[in-house]
Amino acid sequence: MTLSPEEIEALLLSLKVSLTAVTCALPFALAAALLLARRNFPGKPLIDGALHLPLVLPPVVMGYLLLILLGTRAALGGWLLAHLGVRFVFSWTGAALASAIITFPFQLRAIRLAIEAIDGGLGEAAETLGAGAFDRLVNLTMPLALPGIVAGLITAFAASLGEFGAIITFVSNIPGETRTLPLAIYSAIQSPGGEAEAARLSVLSIVLALLGVTLAELANRRLKAAIGR
Amino acid sequence: MIEIDIRHEFPGFALDARFTVARPGITALFGPSGAGKSTLVNAIAGTLRPREGFIAVDGRVLVDTASGTFVPPRARRMGMVFQDARLFPHMSVENNLRFGWRRAAAKAGADEFARVLDLLGLQSLLARRPARLSGGEKSRVALGRALLSSPRLLLLDEPLAALDAARKAEILPWLERLRDEARLPMIYVTHALEEAMRLADHLILLRDGRVTAQGAAFDLLSDLEFAHAMRAPAPGAVFAATVKEKRAGGLTALAFDGGEVIVGRLAAPVGAKLRVRLRAEDVMLALEEPRAISANNLLAATVTAVDAHDSEADVQLAVGGVKLVARITRGSLERLAIAEGTRLYAIVKSVTVDSAIGGHPG
Repeated sequence: MTLSPEEIEALLLSLKVSLTAVTCALPFALAAALLLARRNFPGKPLIDGALHLPLVLPPVVMGYLLLILLGTRAALGGWLLAHLGVRFVFSWTGAALASAIITFPFQLRAIRLAIEAIDGGLGEAAETLGAGAFDRLVNLTMPLALPGIVAGLITAFAASLGEFGAIITFVSNIPGETRTLPLAIYSAIQSPGGEAEAARLSVLSIVLALLGVTLAELANRRLKAAIGR
Repeated sequence: MIEIDIRHEFPGFALDARFTVARPGITALFGPSGAGKSTLVNAIAGTLRPREGFIAVDGRVLVDTASGTFVPPRARRMGMVFQDARLFPHMSVENNLRFGWRRAAAKAGADEFARVLDLLGLQSLLARRPARLSGGEKSRVALGRALLSSPRLLLLDEPLAALDAARKAEILPWLERLRDEARLPMIYVTHALEEAMRLADHLILLRDGRVTAQGAAFDLLSDLEFAHAMRAPAPGAVFAATVKEKRAGGLTALAFDGGEVIVGRLAAPVGAKLRVRLRAEDVMLALEEPRAISANNLLAATVTAVDAHDSEADVQLAVGGVKLVARITRGSLERLAIAEGTRLYAIVKSVTVDSAIGGHPG
């Protein structure tokens, strides 16, 4: 199976968008997971629900919301463009932003479960041995949650590769800029004689998704064994 | 010196405990499950914040709710050994041991590190992960980790409760070495009378969240009221003795403040200080000096107290400066007309000798 330059472009763009999306979402997912796993505060169920919203919201709606929030004529989008020169619409960074938001719950959930699975007694023990809050976070919580963090990253990455609705609504379908794999497949189906291309790209998508899920499970198991759990 | 006066409530349970421990050595916090022992040590370690009260160790106030003082656990330097060991699973034994050591302000030297490894037999475990340790090994690593954090007080929360009898027998000698060599004051939580009798210099009895008795272990264990309060199946006596001489036939004579007892072969050299345990069931009483008996030990004694309950009676005896307890049947008590002041003979069937005691006997 050989790929045309356009198809390779779509593949590389997809990888770039997804990698950017998951790495940028990671710190937020870590913070949110720590907050939800370790703290109790008023309105927690509401925050919890809101953070998981992208999972159930139609991606088109998410794309639309981003468009009216960050479009160049919108208040926030206009300000960003005027003062920071940042433009999300019709740009691959916009695709990454949309992917980051849509796949955020995958990371949050995996990390939160990993943190909640850590025996609280270990933190107490570390405390009596002289470790402060940041010390415990770095030397206890993070290493012990690492399998969950890595699994979350890979799952989110695989899910991000398949994002369609939010991207096409928010940043449109521009070859070389925002035309990721799913959008390329969609375009191929739309154009006469594009069935073979659509089939090739679909197989590629399936392989990538399969690879992602398998890798996530493998990494989780390997790391768990490495930290003795 | 440890001063405690705290109140704390959980649903269905209230702790209201006050005590002061002035002496070094091992203080056993003894009582049945649910008496509040763990709550107390957690309050000392700082992993539990009491609703109200005061805790000070060596004059340093750790908790004083009246003035709003609460020293966080990491600044208390309490070496806490939890019942479930709580080793860090992602670190090797060595890194577990170094965890508190690295964070201690007054860090023990490399020779001290090596000494603790030697004291607890940890050298061969250093590279292993906690998941690959046996229960007894985990307990020893947890002990070592706490010791190496340069604590001013060692808190042991039922360190043996999770272990079977064989593992317990493996760890107890290490604890004795710790008591005798580390010279560190310890609070030892246990619900096992055997452990308290074997290790404690000072006893605090806790029941339903309250301190019901406290005192020197040597005095308290032979105290009938204490035995009764503990509802101990068998009260006993613990006292200090010195190896006097080795005799023919593999016997050893021990001198104590009240005479001497003969025990079987003993590895301890002449002059060694020992801790001797005597169970009340192993003491028989006779009004006249019996002749031609198989028991080796016959001690002249005076009855100092009698506690009769149901079908049995506990008789406290003074033998020189040592108090013993004999458990006899109520029928025997009445038949022999034993009462306070009766002079009689105690026939000791067997005694248990524990390892050498250090510089702070009761």
